[in-house]
Order: sequence, then C-alpha cells, then structure tokens
Amino acid sequence: MHNLTIAELIKGLQSKEFSSIELTQHFLDRIMTLNPAYNAVITITAENALKTAAVADKRLAAGNAPALCGVPILHKDIFCTRDVRTSCGSKMLDNFIPPYNATVVENFERDGVVVLGKTNMDEFAMGSSNETSFYGAVINPWAVDCVPGGSSGGSAAAIAARLAPGATATDTGGSIRQPAALCGITGLKPTYGRVSRWGMIAFASSLDQGGPMARTAEDCALLLHSMAGFDEKDSTCIDHEVPDYSATLGNSISGLRIGVPKEYFSEGLDVGTEQAVRVALAVLEAQGAELVEISLPNTGLSVPAYYVIAPAEASANLSRFDGVKYGYRCEDPKDLQDLYSRTRAEGFGEEVQRRILIGTYCLSAGYYDAYYGKAQQVRQLIKQDFTSAFKEIDVIMGPTCPSPAFKFGSKGDDPVAMYLEDIYTIATNLAGLPGMSVPCGMVDDKPVGLQIIGNYFDEALMLNIAHQYQQTTDWHNAVPKGIL
Amino acid sequence: MHIERHEIEKLATLARIAINEDTISDVTARLSSVLDLVDQLQAIDTDGVAPMSHPMQSTQRLREDEVTELNQREALQAVAPDIEEGLFLVPKVIE
Repeated sequence: MHNLTIAELIKGLQSKEFSSIELTQHFLDRIMTLNPAYNAVITITAENALKTAAVADKRLAAGNAPALCGVPILHKDIFCTRDVRTSCGSKMLDNFIPPYNATVVENFERDGVVVLGKTNMDEFAMGSSNETSFYGAVINPWAVDCVPGGSSGGSAAAIAARLAPGATATDTGGSIRQPAALCGITGLKPTYGRVSRWGMIAFASSLDQGGPMARTAEDCALLLHSMAGFDEKDSTCIDHEVPDYSATLGNSISGLRIGVPKEYFSEGLDVGTEQAVRVALAVLEAQGAELVEISLPNTGLSVPAYYVIAPAEASANLSRFDGVKYGYRCEDPKDLQDLYSRTRAEGFGEEVQRRILIGTYCLSAGYYDAYYGKAQQVRQLIKQDFTSAFKEIDVIMGPTCPSPAFKFGSKGDDPVAMYLEDIYTIATNLAGLPGMSVPCGMVDDKPVGLQIIGNYFDEALMLNIAHQYQQTTDWHNAVPKGIL
Repeated sequence: MHIERHEIEKLATLARIAINEDTISDVTARLSSVLDLVDQLQAIDTDGVAPMSHPMQSTQRLREDEVTELNQREALQAVAPDIEEGLFLVPKVIE
C-alpha cells in the first residue's frame, strides 16, 4: 500500500479494497520500524490516527465522504495541532502543546484526513539541511551520509522513505522546493496568501507560505485543494476562488511558453544538474511547449535582500519567546532581564540566534533605512523582473537547487555557504509567486529537481504541466535503495 | 563589513540573548560574514523605487468590533511555565 500514490489510495479506499484503519496501521507500522533510521518523524500520534481512521471508514461507508477522507498524512511540526506537541524543531517549544489547530490542520480534519504524526524540521524553519533541528538531523533516504534539505526535510524524507504518501510543509526561501528536490519528491509552494498562515508558527511573515508535498503532481493537486482557501483569521490570506486543481491536470501543454532564465544556468550550477534540467525542458518541448530564453537581471540580489528581510521579520516574530507565557524557561532567573536573556540563549539554537541578531542589527536605530528600507526596494526590483518576464511567457523553469544533496557538516563553518543553497528559490518568495519542484533526474544516485515558477495564482497550470511531465517520465516513481 | 565586539554586545542586549565569553568571537566572525553578503545591496541604485512590503499590495481588512473569542484563560495558561490565580509569574522586578 505504501507504494501507491494518494490518488491510488483514494480509489482503494472508495472501492473498499482496504479500510482507512488498515491503511493507517500499515503506515504507523512502517514509521515505527523505519523512522529510527531517518529521524524524519518526531511525534507519532497513533491513537488519534486510528480514531480518525475509524470515523473516516464510517464516512466512506456512508458514501458521501470528501476525496481525501481516510488518507493518512504527516504535518510539519510548524503547524499547531491541538493537544499534540508542536515544537517547530526547537528546544524553546519542546514542551509546547497548543490549545488550538492551525487552519491548515482544521481543513484536513474537515476532509477526514488522518494525521500519523509530526515531522522534523530545521529549527523555526531556518536552515537548508535540517541540521539545525533540536531533535537532530534528518537522514536523506537516497544517501545516508547526505542531508535531506530543509527546512521541510522531515516531510520530504518521510515521503521518499514511504512513511506517508503526503505531508504538509512550509516555504520561506525554498523550504518546500529544495528538500523536495533533494529527496526526489514533488512539492509546491503556493502564491503568498493562497494558504492560511493562521496557526503556522511565524518565521518571516511576508514570505512564509504553507504547501503540500507528495510523490506526484496529481497528489499535490488533491492536497492543495484541501489546504487552500480564504481564512479571515489570517489578514494576509487572499479571498480568491480555489479551483479544482485535479480537473485541469489532463490539459495539453501544447503552445505553452516556458521562460528559461539565463541567470539560473550560470556559474555555480552543477554540470549533472544542468544536464538533467535541460533534458527535462526538452521533454516538455517535445510535448509542444516552446522554450524562450529570458533574463531576470536582479536574481543575484535575491539572497542578500532575503538575508535582511527574513531575519528582520524573524527577530520581531521570535521576540514573543521570552519564557513568560509558554515554552522554555531558564532555571533560577535572578531578574527579568536574566530570565529573558538566558531563556533565549538556552532555548534557541545557534542559527536562530544568529538570524535574530542580524535582524536586530538591520532594524536598529540608524541602520533601518540602509538595510531594511534598501532591501524592500531591491525586493521591488526583483518582483518587477518577474512581472516583465510574465508578459512574454506562461511559466518559468530552471533548476531547484545548484547541486544534489550534500554531505552532513559540509557547509558548517560559513553560514553564507548554506544560504547560497537557496539561490534559485528565494526570489519567488520575495515576489510572492508560486514555485514547485518536480523530480527530473539523478546525479550520482541522488535526485535532481526541476523548478516551475508560475504567475500569481497559477497553481493549476503548474500542476497541469508537472502532471503532463510525469505522464511521460518516471523519475517520480524512483525508490531509494533499501526502501521496499 | 567588520562588526566590532562592543556592537555585538549591544545587539545581544537589544535582542535579549545572552552571549558568553567563549563564543563571542565566533559569533562576531559569522555575523560579519553575513553582513558582507547583505552589503552587496548598498551598491544598487534604488532611487525612486517604492519599497515593497507585501507581495499583493492588499490592504488590511476591517471588521465590526464585536466579541469573537471566548475567554479560555485556563486552557491558554495550561502551557505557561508558572502561573498563580490566573496570573503569569515572573521573577521580582521591583526592589
């Protein structure tokens, strides 16, 4: 059952080939047995999962269940789950049991989706390797000495290892697309405002966006349909109709104009990765799409602009963790200042502390205009690059990451080396555009991702293209060695 | 951009993060490396470019001023490190 896609599982559930309880138990057994080797899941909610599955089976028997009813998934541990620990990968929230559900969690609950547990992640979603998690790094199922990417590395690795057919994830600078690429799965970061951020622990509020991960575009379409939609609890959520993403998957892509930015194929791109992406583009060309070389001249500024804006917003968002109302508190504080300073020094890991300090610096008196104001202007230039490009083309494509999965510790000493991992993904977050990663090849037995960037609210078109690509290629069906 | 040790100490105070003696030089070096990266922005001509604070240029929605949340003090304080009679307890701040 674990090799079936969500679309196939739905057929099995609806034709009573297996029950949701059987399916749920099967994945729980796999998590128990296999997860210790990958550390992808940090909380297992077996009892709740089986209860939900029993209810789902009743709804399925009654014959009026929503499509995803009875399908088991995992939630990234950044989404608040009522009565279930939500740690955000941090010691700061190791003891945090939310009294409420995130809207995304509620939406899946409404549709009868079963939650198997919560996935590991970089602390507060700050990282591209999962090495910053308080619970230890996640192992890439494709290469046990390599990172799974981050920050949604637990969700990506769990899907690659067949511990769940799908999972939720979040993306602030590439945190869905980069781990999806490195773990050989499909992941979609929707348009900013498409999915509610309510109950999704904030990192950088103007960039954060939740989205689905699964093995195929068809499955991502099903998951996104459940996740997306207007939510009055999130003031940045946009009231825009949610289309039936599954309905348009079969559309022809003949005549599609694909923009290929020359800046995404420049210095620093691994040769094998470039080759795999070029071959994927040729496949789409053979299906009737037209490739158009374009330029996004301000691409190189996206990483520097991001490392002002994201830390600045993070330093403000994370000021709430002070040891008073919830979360970690240091022992025997001698006064209030000591309570704050030691709680935060002991509760946050090194990378989170670094970003808070950078953000504090950029926002401090005398530096605001030079850093934050300047970065917001550069952000406008980056957005304008995309706006002009989309006048000529329908989607943009290139590599998701500069190279396949790298070894643990290999980007340890210089934070900037790690930051450059997101060089092709960050600009879409700054512009608020949707982005997707689809498996498109292998280099040294490690997966490579093709990135698809769409115009605002063009998720249906992106899923359609990815699905058409997956009809003629087999990369999304590849299974890591040792996974049976 | 080189950042001085006393600036790190000031930042640590502003951010309420205690930095101990053993790590302050590492923290300084790595922060300088990130600031070198972001300093690339200074060379860009952005005269007349409007700062972008939100991808969609949407405006804040308004709603009627009415009670929408129930009082859940007990549930919300159940996760607090220390409470007493509905209050959050912190160390004494007034001598």
